[in-house]
Amino acid sequence: MKRALKTIIAFALLVAVWEGLVLAKFWSPVLLPSPVDVGKYLIDSIRDGTLLKASAITMKRLGLGYAVGLVLGLPLGLLIARFRFFQDTLGLLALGVQTLPSVCWAPLALLWFGQTEAAMFFIVIMGSLWSITLATDAGVRNVPPIYARAARTMGSRGWHTWLTVILPASLPFVVSGMKQGWAFAWRSLMAAEIYITVLTGFGLGQLLHYGRELNAMEQVIGIMFVIVLIGLLADKLLFSPIERFMHRRWGTAK
Amino acid sequence: MELKFFCREIFLRFFSILLFLTWLPGLSYLRTMNTEFHYRSEPAEKLAIESVSKTFNGRSGKVHALDQVSLNIKEGEFVCLLGPSGCGKSTLLNIIAGLDPPDSGQVLADGKAVTGPGRERMVMFQESALYPWLDVLGNVLYGLKLKPNLTRSERRKVAHFYLKLVGLEKFVHAHVHELSGGMKQRVALARALAPNPRVLLMDEPFAALDAMTREQLYGDLQEIWGKQRKTIVFVTHNVREAVCLGDRVILFSRSPGKIQDHFDIALPRPRGMNSANLANYAAAIDERLKELLKKEQGELNELKVLNG
Repeated sequence: MKRALKTIIAFALLVAVWEGLVLAKFWSPVLLPSPVDVGKYLIDSIRDGTLLKASAITMKRLGLGYAVGLVLGLPLGLLIARFRFFQDTLGLLALGVQTLPSVCWAPLALLWFGQTEAAMFFIVIMGSLWSITLATDAGVRNVPPIYARAARTMGSRGWHTWLTVILPASLPFVVSGMKQGWAFAWRSLMAAEIYITVLTGFGLGQLLHYGRELNAMEQVIGIMFVIVLIGLLADKLLFSPIERFMHRRWGTAK
Repeated sequence: MELKFFCREIFLRFFSILLFLTWLPGLSYLRTMNTEFHYRSEPAEKLAIESVSKTFNGRSGKVHALDQVSLNIKEGEFVCLLGPSGCGKSTLLNIIAGLDPPDSGQVLADGKAVTGPGRERMVMFQESALYPWLDVLGNVLYGLKLKPNLTRSERRKVAHFYLKLVGLEKFVHAHVHELSGGMKQRVALARALAPNPRVLLMDEPFAALDAMTREQLYGDLQEIWGKQRKTIVFVTHNVREAVCLGDRVILFSRSPGKIQDHFDIALPRPRGMNSANLANYAAAIDERLKELLKKEQGELNELKVLNG
């Protein structure tokens, strides 16, 4: 409780300094809007529904794209870890493509899919897939061979060993890969939404983009705030429980 | 609090199912091992090792780990394989376990050729090889879950029995990382014993422990062996350990790995590490071991001289 209070006070101070700087006319209000304006924008856009709708659209794109990335990435990682051929081909490809910022896919996606949801999905998948694949591969490779040998002496074979030993043993790597994949998916989607104008729905990125076009910096900052908030929530709700489980079981530091 | 716990459970379940589904396609063509046995007419010894050879391709050329090794082990016998590191004793143990195939020769368990690992021959490794994502009970249950015709409650009963046998009934729900080295090996022992194998293969299981813990475990292992009369093959490079535990000590030499000598240890049990008789046996075996090493060194020097 005391910790939470300290956190709240620290952030309140930060906002107060910000407001103070704005009131002191340190910068032009066009460059830095006051936190009150940002708050007003947020409340107004929640009232008229644009913010919630945009958030829902963005989360849908993100969730679906990320799920596809996960469903494809895990088996691909397994294939790469299991077979030398895939390691030399797919593994190399994944390693290379992973270094490519996924916004680079935007021109191609536009050309292939047009101004559609499909283009968005494609960019999100390209953003998250490869880091999940590579993390799964690394996870499987880092499983001590003695785990599988012990399982074999106890009568475990083939797929049973992979499911009950290799997969859980690679969990720490896989989860950090999933986290990274999630972060990459976010970045890709924001880039895609700012870059590609689709007619099927306004996401957060598009709101941010139009904030810029209208020179409404309180809108830009407000949307940035919402993006940060969703990112934090996702981390706390999605990944924290698994991470806590792993810390407890593996005995790694908190 | 309840709700939080519940949500987490649901979430983990959902997640594991999702993970499971995503892995299925990649798994379908992972071949399962063939564990068929070939029957022979006369069932003889518990374990019959028939001129087993094995070479490895090391960085400095071929390593002859085992050269025509033959050995018979009777039902209920406690045999120690003793030798310097690199003499192939662990290799032999892995071959008996069915984890590695021999280059030539074969191992018969109850007259049947060993072609793969099986739960009638359990292995205990130098590292405990316990699974950190399972608690102590979960680790012991792992092997039991693979044993057919056991109900859930039977499995739990058996697991609790063996955890009690190794003195860890109070740590049933502890996490692996919370255990000391000795406790980990006790769990590993319980895990190996739980599916009731007829043969227990132990690969320097106490080598990484401190002397006091080790001595305690010698006592416990002898007691458990006395109660259950498993056939135990125990690999070690510690002469006293071998004499303390074994009915028979088999002395190996290295490059190539070969059996050099047998010693029958006719000492009453339970044996304490510090008894004078035990020390006498150990001294005799130690002398023979040093002799062998000296001879080996001599041969090496000769080779060096010959090679110029």
